[in-house]
Amino acid sequence: MILISEQQLPSIIKRLSHQILETHPGLQNTVLIGLQPRGVFLSDRIVAALHQELPADQVIYGKLDITFYRDDIRRELHVATQTDLPFSIEGKTVILIDDVLFTGRTIRAALDALLAFGRPSKVKLCVLVDRKPSRELPIQPDFSGKEMDTLTPFKVKVRWKENNGVDEVILLDQ
Amino acid sequence: MALSTKHLLGIKDLQTEDIQLILSTATQFKEVLQRPVKKVPTLRDVTIVNLFYENSTRTRISFELAERRLSADVVNFTVSNSSAAKGETLLDTVNNILSMKVDMVVMRHSASGAPHYLSQHIDVPIINAGDGINEHPTQALLDAFSMQEKMGKLAGLKVAIIGDVMHSRVALSNIYLLKKMGAEVMVSGPPTLIPTYLKEAMDIQVEYNIDKALAWCDVANVLRIQLERQNQPLFSSLREYNLAYGITKARLQKLNKEILIMHPGPINRGVEMDSDVADGQQSIILDQVENGVAVRMACLYLLTGRTNP
Repeated sequence: MILISEQQLPSIIKRLSHQILETHPGLQNTVLIGLQPRGVFLSDRIVAALHQELPADQVIYGKLDITFYRDDIRRELHVATQTDLPFSIEGKTVILIDDVLFTGRTIRAALDALLAFGRPSKVKLCVLVDRKPSRELPIQPDFSGKEMDTLTPFKVKVRWKENNGVDEVILLDQ
Repeated sequence: MALSTKHLLGIKDLQTEDIQLILSTATQFKEVLQRPVKKVPTLRDVTIVNLFYENSTRTRISFELAERRLSADVVNFTVSNSSAAKGETLLDTVNNILSMKVDMVVMRHSASGAPHYLSQHIDVPIINAGDGINEHPTQALLDAFSMQEKMGKLAGLKVAIIGDVMHSRVALSNIYLLKKMGAEVMVSGPPTLIPTYLKEAMDIQVEYNIDKALAWCDVANVLRIQLERQNQPLFSSLREYNLAYGITKARLQKLNKEILIMHPGPINRGVEMDSDVADGQQSIILDQVENGVAVRMACLYLLTGRTNP
């Protein structure tokens, strides 16, 4: 079942980037950080949309891998990917970007990981899909593309042109 | 994605994919080590014992830093102030330590095969930090990481391993690793320090003329003369060794290219390598040491994934 179709996705990305701009005019004192590996596909698109509105040097953008901060490494080993934060986050507003907000554990780890780089003044969260009823920790998004209000037995799979050949979000049987 | 082995006993047992996974994970840890906070909580609640039955500065400190930067709990054991001096066997010592709930063993021993023997009797992952004249896998991995970092690749790289090949576990681990990753390997040094079976057993080149070896290679990994393992004279004097086989500035200047100079340490300055080479701009000896921590963090991380909570 399709949750977000290829036709719907561009307008959702546009809306998310506009909401970010509305609450953070000119992205002043604000940086964007995509979570590796899959959140980066979304953050790349949002950053591309922001580049339409702002000069490139006002959009400060990095990538963060949170593998070494996970709480489940003795259950499942994850392969680490690149972290690239070539700027200071000290005193900045950080907008974390990920594809699906599910249990909240990835964001918990991301908040820990961020602290290794400095002390941001605020941290906001932007996601494409918010699976609200499945949350295991008190973590909520500030910007979300699509909310799911019911507890479903399905797996949410986000596909991107860059690695799956098509842009869509679908529900899969577990 | 995980390693194909439970222990890291030697490069001999690793698949090419294992080596690639360790090297790519080490790249990420190297970035971690550049952060303002160099510590990650990854191995919280994992207890690691460092069992050193043989002297070590670099390797022991490197392992301990790697463990601490992963937030593991660390216990150090050195033979000089332990019950091993009272005659306790290796297996008894280890079983006693493990009964206090230790999750992983890092071990150095002067007997080749000691960690392999231990792996048949205990359940937790073992990392070999050097066993006799057999293998020193994490050194080969950090050497490979450093070569790849400077040269961009391992496949097709020409690497000369120079000096006391016979007594060197670094040499054997390097040969296994470089062959698996598609590099070309040559060993060079005095005939008395190069085992005759090596050429065929490992499918490598042997060159007794040091100048020819240097002219051939892209990277020279120079080994320490291990006088403590030589119970009979294998060359006439240290001075003669330096004249015939030492890496000197004059030898490097004769080449019409810049090769990379490596050494696993500790260096006998003025014997296998002169100071102006060791401290020169072609030398990446201190990069090797720096990379050692990241590579060992990768090994510890990847092996812990297989321990039970």
